Amino acid sequence: MPGAIGLGHFLLLSLVIFSLGMVCVLTRRNAIGILMGIELILNSANINYLAFAFYGGGKYDGQIFAIFVIMLAAAEAVIGLAVVLAIYQNFKTIDVDATETLSG
Amino acid sequence: MDHPVSTTIARYIVLLPLLGAALNFLAGPWLQKTFGKRAISLVGCGVVVVAFALAVKAFAAMIAVPPENRFMLDELWKWIDIGGLNLEIAFWLDPLSMIMTLIVTGVGGLIHIYSIGYMHDEESYWRFFGWLNLFTFAMLVLVLGDNLWLMFVGWEGVGLCSFALIGFWYKVLANTTAGNKAFIVNRVGDWAFVIALYSLFAALGKVGHPTLVTREVAQYAPLLAGMPGYLGMTLVTFVTLLMFAGATGKSAQIPLYVWLPDAMAGPTPVSALIHAATMVTAGIYMVARLNFLFSMAPATMTVVAVVGGLTALAAATIGVAQNDIKKVLAYSTVSQLGYMFAALGVGAYSAGVFHLMTHAFFKACLFLGSGSVIHAMGGEQDMRKMGGLRHKMPVTFVTFLVATLALSGVPPFAGFMSKDEIIWEAFAHGHTVVWGFLLLGAALTVFYMFRQVYMTFFGEFHGTHEQEHHLHESPPSMALVLIVLGVLSLVGGLVKIPDFIATFKPFEVFLEPVFSSTATRAIYAAQIHNHSIEAGLGFVTFTMVVLGWLAADFMYRQGAIDPSRFSQAFGGVAYDWVLNKYYVDELYDFVFVQPYLWATRGFAWFDLHIIDGVVNLAASITVFGSWLSGLFDNYVVDGLVNAASLVTLDLGGRLRRLQTGSINGYLYGILAAVMVILLVRAVLHV
Repeated sequence: MPGAIGLGHFLLLSLVIFSLGMVCVLTRRNAIGILMGIELILNSANINYLAFAFYGGGKYDGQIFAIFVIMLAAAEAVIGLAVVLAIYQNFKTIDVDATETLSG
Repeated sequence: MDHPVSTTIARYIVLLPLLGAALNFLAGPWLQKTFGKRAISLVGCGVVVVAFALAVKAFAAMIAVPPENRFMLDELWKWIDIGGLNLEIAFWLDPLSMIMTLIVTGVGGLIHIYSIGYMHDEESYWRFFGWLNLFTFAMLVLVLGDNLWLMFVGWEGVGLCSFALIGFWYKVLANTTAGNKAFIVNRVGDWAFVIALYSLFAALGKVGHPTLVTREVAQYAPLLAGMPGYLGMTLVTFVTLLMFAGATGKSAQIPLYVWLPDAMAGPTPVSALIHAATMVTAGIYMVARLNFLFSMAPATMTVVAVVGGLTALAAATIGVAQNDIKKVLAYSTVSQLGYMFAALGVGAYSAGVFHLMTHAFFKACLFLGSGSVIHAMGGEQDMRKMGGLRHKMPVTFVTFLVATLALSGVPPFAGFMSKDEIIWEAFAHGHTVVWGFLLLGAALTVFYMFRQVYMTFFGEFHGTHEQEHHLHESPPSMALVLIVLGVLSLVGGLVKIPDFIATFKPFEVFLEPVFSSTATRAIYAAQIHNHSIEAGLGFVTFTMVVLGWLAADFMYRQGAIDPSRFSQAFGGVAYDWVLNKYYVDELYDFVFVQPYLWATRGFAWFDLHIIDGVVNLAASITVFGSWLSGLFDNYVVDGLVNAASLVTLDLGGRLRRLQTGSINGYLYGILAAVMVILLVRAVLHV
């Protein structure tokens, strides 16, 4: 069935989202922006999991991993936001370039 | 004897004086400050008096049972249990130790009471009583110890206390020197005694009964008969000779008697207690206690008898020329101890112990009497400065005279009963030479004692006016003691009357179970038993006594004969020899002390130059070595350490630049690293 949606399409989508997330993480100065980029990267990984699970033999381990990753993302977001709040309380900004006090 | 009666009274007799000593030494200064000297007197005398009361109680218990049961054992605890040596702290009350205990606590107690008055002005009153108590304790351990090691502990204990008491007034150099002398001379004897104990133990081990418990030694001693010893002697002879050598130290016999006259440096009660009534009797007691062993060695017995006889005579001759009131008594003590050893040596053990007891009475009385005189004379001891004291000090005079008569052997005083017995026994056992010595000694004894009485109590007063004004009778506590001892000197001998007068000898009968070994019985059986010869010789002895008295009377009371005529005889050489104690001290000084001092000087030089030199060299080498090692440490070790730290610092300085703190920077880094890893894997196909 040429032209039908296959595994390659999902992987391509995943690659695009991963790249967008990567760019977002690398270029954003706003800490929340960085966190959002990380969410994108994690979700691209989820797409990979689900795609491989769907096309790879009908086992459910891919789906289960995806659920784990979502849970992980939730926890990461909680801690990440808490860190951001703490940074804001100390520096009155969430611009990560302004907080380079850990430099050697 | 197989089953000694168990008792607990002996421990209290022994430990009470120890308690007194502990109280005096630990709390003495405080007691004296808070309650005065009365408290010290109460503690110091109280414990000994109570101990005496207990001893009397034990004595009453003992005579209530039949003679074969008169052995009481008081076991406290196990002391040593190694390699077959099994000893206990246990006290052994038999007739012999019973009598000794009565003498030590009885006469000792009287002397304690006397000290209250005599030492009244002494600042460290508590120290005096502490040592007296400790001494009494040590003497009781010596007497009552059920084994020879415990006896030796007491033996050393009296030596120590004697050292401390002779040098009691330690601020005067001569006193401490005298204390040292007593201690060192005693050590010589103790050394022999210890070797004897080791040899005895080893020998008993060889026959399968390693023990030092006295009653067991007595049981197994017959097994040692004929066993070869050392230096060509039989073992028993070797052991007993060494033991006797120990006894010559403690009991002041030739050749180790030299310490006793010097020991008069101590306070007079000390002289009475230690150097007349108790400590010096330790040797006598030891020989009597081990009579079963000595009886097995005829050679040793002869040595004991001859040394005793010689000492009796030699010390008496020295006593004749002394002018110090206490020195006369000191030599008299040495002489009387000689009599006791002569008695032991001929095998008349109970006669020796009997003389020990009567001597304790009258010699204590004499010493305390002389103390009373010295007290009245304000410390003066030279008899040439005394005279005519009998009017000022009647109690002292009468008691002194009674004791003198007792010492002289005038019937019926205590000394007659005991000394006449000894002189007779020497003859009866066939020791005619010893008998001759003792007979001459008896005459000399009377002579020097009456010389002393006449010089001190008769004639004109030769001291200063100040002294004459100060003369007084001693306080009641001292006078009372003198009276008690005087009475004892008078009647104390009635417990054993010479056979030719009456058959009354409870003392000898009482002691009989102690002197009942086969060997001792054999010696007793071999002697002459003839009352007419005994009476005849008793008369000879008495004649000598009268002659001695007459000589003293002519020379020192009537002045009919000028003593200097005798002193100038033989160009005064003989007198000089006697006056200077036969130059024995000088001889010892030359033979032992000076070489020793030279040797010590040599050793000191060696120590100072050779040993110290070696030590200093070692020190220098060490210093140099440590200097080198310091250099190594500073430059090599520290250099390495510093180098390591410098490198680390430098590296850290460089690497810290990597930590920028920029989150983006890190993320770029991570990305780059992941890419590099992927690239490498792609290239290498791994």
